[in-house]
Amino acid sequence: MDPEEAAERLVSKYGSGRGSLIRILQEIQKTFGYLPREGLEAVSRRLGVPLSEVLNVATFYHQFRLEPLGTYVVQVCFGTACYLRGSPQVYEAMRLAAGLNGGRTTTEDRAITIEKARCFGCCALAPVLMVVSSNGSERYIHGRLNPQEARRLVYAYRQRAAVAAGYGSASAGSPG
Amino acid sequence: MRPPAAPGRLIYGSKGFRIRVPLSSCTLAAGAEEVYRAALRAVEELGLDAEVYRVGCTGLCFMDPWVELAKEGLPPTIYANVRPDQVPRIVEDYSRGDLRGAAALRFRIEGFEGGPPALEELDFWRLQTRYVSRNCGLVDPESLEDYVETGGYSGLRKALSMSREEVIEAVKASGLRGRGGAGFPTWLKWRVAYEQRSDVKYVICNGDEGDPGAFMNRLLAESDPHRVLEGLIIAGYATGATRGIIFVRAEKPLMADRLERAVEAARRCGLLGKDILGSGFDFDVEVYRSAGAFVCGEETALIAAIEGRSRPRQRPPYPAVKGLWDEPTVVNNVETLAHVATIFQAGIEEFAKYGTERSRGTKMFCVTGAVRRTGVYEVPIGTRIKTLVFDIAGGPPEGRKIKAVQIGGPSGGCIPAELFDLELDYESLQSYGAIMGSGGLVVIDDGSCMVDVARYFTGFTLAESCGKCLPCRVGMKQLSEILERIASGEGSVEDIELAQELGESIAKTSLCALGGTAPNPILSTLRYFRQEYVEHVVNRRCPAKVCSKLVKYVIDPYLCKGCGLCAKACPASAISGSPGRVYQIDESLCAKCGQCLVACPFGAVRKV
Repeated sequence: MDPEEAAERLVSKYGSGRGSLIRILQEIQKTFGYLPREGLEAVSRRLGVPLSEVLNVATFYHQFRLEPLGTYVVQVCFGTACYLRGSPQVYEAMRLAAGLNGGRTTTEDRAITIEKARCFGCCALAPVLMVVSSNGSERYIHGRLNPQEARRLVYAYRQRAAVAAGYGSASAGSPG
Repeated sequence: MRPPAAPGRLIYGSKGFRIRVPLSSCTLAAGAEEVYRAALRAVEELGLDAEVYRVGCTGLCFMDPWVELAKEGLPPTIYANVRPDQVPRIVEDYSRGDLRGAAALRFRIEGFEGGPPALEELDFWRLQTRYVSRNCGLVDPESLEDYVETGGYSGLRKALSMSREEVIEAVKASGLRGRGGAGFPTWLKWRVAYEQRSDVKYVICNGDEGDPGAFMNRLLAESDPHRVLEGLIIAGYATGATRGIIFVRAEKPLMADRLERAVEAARRCGLLGKDILGSGFDFDVEVYRSAGAFVCGEETALIAAIEGRSRPRQRPPYPAVKGLWDEPTVVNNVETLAHVATIFQAGIEEFAKYGTERSRGTKMFCVTGAVRRTGVYEVPIGTRIKTLVFDIAGGPPEGRKIKAVQIGGPSGGCIPAELFDLELDYESLQSYGAIMGSGGLVVIDDGSCMVDVARYFTGFTLAESCGKCLPCRVGMKQLSEILERIASGEGSVEDIELAQELGESIAKTSLCALGGTAPNPILSTLRYFRQEYVEHVVNRRCPAKVCSKLVKYVIDPYLCKGCGLCAKACPASAISGSPGRVYQIDESLCAKCGQCLVACPFGAVRKV
């Protein structure tokens, strides 16, 4: 299914009122893993909402992404408890280990995306991070981290992503 | 305070042996799923006639993951920090009456002596008043029967037997105030919406909970969702609404799922839909998954999100007059609605027993950060900070000293340890520069820098500012830059004055509560920890050694064993030396990431 078709199907499912905009965007993201430009344009046309407005909503809420993600998305919690217990060091260590610099959040081979996240409410495990596979089928939480352990996770998930892509080998189960 | 006794069937189950495992987001993160499976296997392998039972969480996070074993003839017993491989042994020992290794008894029973202390004998439980959280960790959150067994939906039945005015008057008499932050009287919102002449009205449950360090709403809705729903139906009845919406973040999927299942179960039993319980009242509810933005906790922004827009708007008109799709709309917090249900179930007198003259009842607080026992604790409003932080949460970890507590998230402020006698209620917190907010308390110890704490929150609200009004959009950016200067040792005394003045103007002139409260973290740290700011700008020093530009890493030559682990860990190749000799850090290359400090097994790397 292409984004155009998806938009058409979703507009008939949720109705063409302004109130269905966020739901439609959520479903498109569920299907494609992000919001492709053609999808946004199709939604704009079919709902009669200007593209600028659709983009306004798509960039305002945290859930939406305009670019495809890595096989694994690492979300380092930047809630207060995690911040005070060292999540910035964990985050920086992971970015270094993954070779990310500047504004980049996804590795070139699209194995891993590393981003800052809002509090998940697992403050007792601070600092904590969540890893989700971009197809939504896997979800792991790693708590009580330090930079060393965090770096190890980058290598583990890199390898896992390589396995998912069909080369390399790794054992099953959580890398943690 | 003793919660009402739970019926025996709930504790021991129909088989007389029930093993409770908490399955909520926080316990799952700590590994409860594996413990659940291990318990199923253990029961099968030991050939026991026992049921493994899913429950929500008690909020005692420091025990996660826990299990509770309850066999008739034995006291229900809680085991803390359980690993899956320990489960078979625990189950076998317990079923023989051997309670070794247990953390606590839920309660004592006659004819059984010894064992660990009962919850009632432990400060972290004894000092709580489990009013809205009474069912958390006890019932299956996906079972309507469990909820009904604990008195659930009797509150709705009672409300429906009263007139709408009487329901509103009862809430007024109870003295209930909104638990979402500002403490607005619940009855007043209802009254205004009730008085509007309109065929369509809405009630919305605000489950957006976006404060970092606050997760009581998630815990409550995941552990006892029917209580929230019952409160919402009562609010719908009182205001004359026909539709209710439960607004939950998509980032909290389990909370949304459990509420959705509660709605479906209620609909099947005639608690939602047409002519509820034969009263002639029609009402239905849907769960709305929000795409997530901090500002959505603000009611006009929340309404905008449901309409497919973003950003808050000017009030008045208040939502109770003109809200969702321009119709009268009441927005109540998750915990407020759970209180409504409980008040109608247990009676006004029971509720009014707790709390202060101006703020009745109890409030759930999340205590996290530098304490021994992180968790969600429900205490009467007016409880002293010291009771919550020291007696309940156990005070600081070994060797640390608590210097402040941050209350109310990014809209709240820091209260210094000298003021821990202060009572937690809406007015006293406000007069000291903090707010009750959603009830998140982050305990800060001497290892944290208050300038850095202020910088953290300012960065948060800056990122979350929707950009609609100028004071918040531009002002927060300026505040953030000033703090950045101070934290990197480039600030001046004038910067401190400027931050104060700017913070006060932003608070006065912003459009919504986000901007109105965003300067609180900086204003309150300036008020109580000005000396730390002064150290940063005058002596170019960060006393807590947190602000990286003011910190230097060095290797202590007397402690260094020359193992080279620091050099291996250093991503900037700033550490040189050869095995067996003392290693050295080249300051010009050092990125101050602190990885060497973690890597050194001898504690030879130090910050100065």
